[in-house]
Amino acid sequence: MISLRRRLFLILLVATGVIWLSAVIWIYQVSRAEVEHVLDTRLQEAARMVDSLVAGHMPSSAPEPVVIPGGETTGYERQLSCQIWSLEGRLIARSAGAPEEQLAGPAPGFSERVVDGERWRIFTVDDAEKGVRVMIGDRLGLRDQLIADLIKGLLWPTLLVAPLLGLLIWVSLGRGLRPLGDITAALKARDAEDMRPIDASHAPEEIRPLANALNALFAKVEAARQQEREVTAFAAHELKTPLAGLKTQTQIALATSDAEIRDGALRQILSSVDRTTRLVRQLLVLAKLDAGSPTLPASPVSLGDIIDEIGTIGGTTPGCRVVVDPMLYDRRVPTDREILTIALRNLHENAVQHSPAGGTVTWRFTPDGFGVVVEDEGPGIDADELPHVRQRFYRGRSRSPVGSGLGLAIVEVASARIGWSLYLENRPEGPGLRAELRAPALNEAPSQV
Amino acid sequence: MRILVVEDDPILADGLKVGLGLVGATVDLVGCCVDARSALAAHDFDAVVLDVMLPDGSGLDVLKEMRAVGDRTPVLLLTALDEVSDRIRGLDGGADDYLSKPFDLDELAARIRAIARRAEGRAAPLLVSGELTVDPAAMSAVLGGAEVPLSRREFAVLSLLMERPGIIRSKGEIEDRLYGWHEEVESNAVEVHVHNLRSKIGRAAIETVRGLGYRMRNA
Repeated sequence: MISLRRRLFLILLVATGVIWLSAVIWIYQVSRAEVEHVLDTRLQEAARMVDSLVAGHMPSSAPEPVVIPGGETTGYERQLSCQIWSLEGRLIARSAGAPEEQLAGPAPGFSERVVDGERWRIFTVDDAEKGVRVMIGDRLGLRDQLIADLIKGLLWPTLLVAPLLGLLIWVSLGRGLRPLGDITAALKARDAEDMRPIDASHAPEEIRPLANALNALFAKVEAARQQEREVTAFAAHELKTPLAGLKTQTQIALATSDAEIRDGALRQILSSVDRTTRLVRQLLVLAKLDAGSPTLPASPVSLGDIIDEIGTIGGTTPGCRVVVDPMLYDRRVPTDREILTIALRNLHENAVQHSPAGGTVTWRFTPDGFGVVVEDEGPGIDADELPHVRQRFYRGRSRSPVGSGLGLAIVEVASARIGWSLYLENRPEGPGLRAELRAPALNEAPSQV
Repeated sequence: MRILVVEDDPILADGLKVGLGLVGATVDLVGCCVDARSALAAHDFDAVVLDVMLPDGSGLDVLKEMRAVGDRTPVLLLTALDEVSDRIRGLDGGADDYLSKPFDLDELAARIRAIARRAEGRAAPLLVSGELTVDPAAMSAVLGGAEVPLSRREFAVLSLLMERPGIIRSKGEIEDRLYGWHEEVESNAVEVHVHNLRSKIGRAAIETVRGLGYRMRNA
C-alpha cells in the first residue's frame, strides 16, 4: 500500500495540475477571442484609413502598380499588408510585404483566403466614388504565433513555480499528518506486552476513531491473553499436582520397608497415571477444538450408534445401566460426526461417573425432537455451582477423583463448533443431572430412515 | 509433630500423609478451605502444609485469616504456581516457606522441621537435654555416645518433651501429637510410651508432674 503522504501528494499534484491546465485552456480561449477581435478591428480601421488617404479618383490607366516601401522590419511589425485595386481589377498599389496576387474576392467586408501557401484574413473596402478597392490583410500564422507567445509567457513562470509548489505541498502534508506519525511512533516504541490504551485525547477527530478502535482491540487482546494465562496456570496446576503425587508416592514406595505401605503407594501411582493420562487426553482434545480445525461437511449420523460406540470404547462403570431410546437409532441427524462424538462422549462419561451403583443413565430425544438429553441419577450439581461448571478446570466441591475439570468445557466448545448448544439443569423430578444438547439443524432437516 | 495438610488432590494428599508419617509426623488431611478453617479452629498444629488452589477458594485467603487472628502456626505453601510474583505474594501473605509442585518428599519434611523449629524459638536442629541428644531429621536419639533405639511414637513423645525443656506437657497434648483424627487413642497409651522411654533413657530423665503432665528433668 502506497504511503498516505505520497498518496495525498499525488492527488494534490494531479488536482493542482488539472486546475492549472483548465486555467491555461481558458486563458488561451479568452485571449484568442480578444486578440482576434482587436486585430480585426485594426484591419478594419487600417482599411478605412488607407481608403481615406487615396487622393481623388484613381486613373484607371496607370501603367505599373506602385509599391509603398516600408522600413526593415521584424516580428509582428510586418503583419499588415495592403493592396489598392481599381474597381476594374487592376492593382494600383501595394505595401512592400504584400503579395502581388489579389488577396480577396470582390465582396467587401471580412474574408479568409490562402495566398501563396499562407492563410490570410482580409478586410475589403469598396470606394465607388474614388473607383478603388482597398484590401488590408493579416497573416493568420502571425496571429497564432502571437497567442502562442502569450501562453508561453504565462507558462514559463508556472513551470518555475511548480517544483516549489510541490515542495510546499510535500512539507505541508508532513506537518498535517504529524499526529498520525506521533501515534505510529508511540506504537512502534511499545513492547509486545504493553496493552495500555493509546492516549487519544489530543488526537485530531479524524484519528480519534482509529485510536479508539485500536484501544478496543488492545482491550480484547488483553482479555484473551488474560484468559490464556489463567488457563495455562490452571493447566500447570492440574498437571503438576498429579506429578507431585506420583513423585511422593514413588519416594514412599522406595523408602519404606513395609510391604503394605509399598503396595498402597504403587496402587496410588497406577491410578494417578490413569488419571493423568485422561487429563492429558482431555487437554489435547480441547487444544484441538480451540485450534479450530475445519469441521467436516454435515452428514446424517445416528446418535444411538455414537453412544454405543462410546460405551464400547470407554467401557461402562459396573453397576450402572445405560438406556438408549430406540428413536436415537432410527432418526439420523446431519452434523460433523467426529465433533459430535467428542461432545456426547464427555456427557456420557460425566453421567456414568456420577451415577450411583445400580443407577441408570438415560439417553433420549427431547419431546419436541430438537435436542438430545442425557439424565443420570447422581448427586446433580449444586445450584450455586451450575453457572461455573463449564469453566475450564472447574471442579465442584463434590469432585470425582477421575474428573479433569475439562469435560463440560469440552462439551461446550465442541457443540458450539457445530452450532449446537448445551443446557444443564438438575432433574426436577429427582436426584441427578439433566444435560441437553440442542441442535438447530434438527429443526430444519430431520430425515427419516 | 502434628501437621495439617490442606490438599485437594487425593493421591498427593495420601502421599503426604503416608510419607510424612514415615518420618515421624502425625498428619491430618483436609481438602478444602472450609474444612481447613474448622481444623485450625479445633486443634493446634506444629505446622500447616497448604495448597494454594483449592476447590472452594484460595489457600492464601485461609493463610491471611490465620494471620489476622494471630495464629502463628508455621505454614508451608505448596503450589503449582511458581512465578516469582506468586512466591512473593505467598511469603508476604504470611507463609513461612514455599515449595513448588512437584517437590521432593525429603525436602518437604526438612523444610517443615525447619519452620516448626523456628516457630518454637530454636535455631539448632538437634534437641539436647543433658547426656541425651535427639536428631529430629534422622529420627535418632543418642545417650552418652550410644544410639537409643526408639519406636516412632516413643520418638514423637520424646521430641515433644525436649522441644521446650522445662515446660510441662499434658497427657492431652501428647495424645494430640501422637494421633490423627481418625485414629483410636488407647486410654493408657501415653503412660505406656513414657514407661518405655524411661526404661531406655533412664528413669529420672522424665519427670511426672502430678495432675499436670510430664517434663524433661534438666540435668
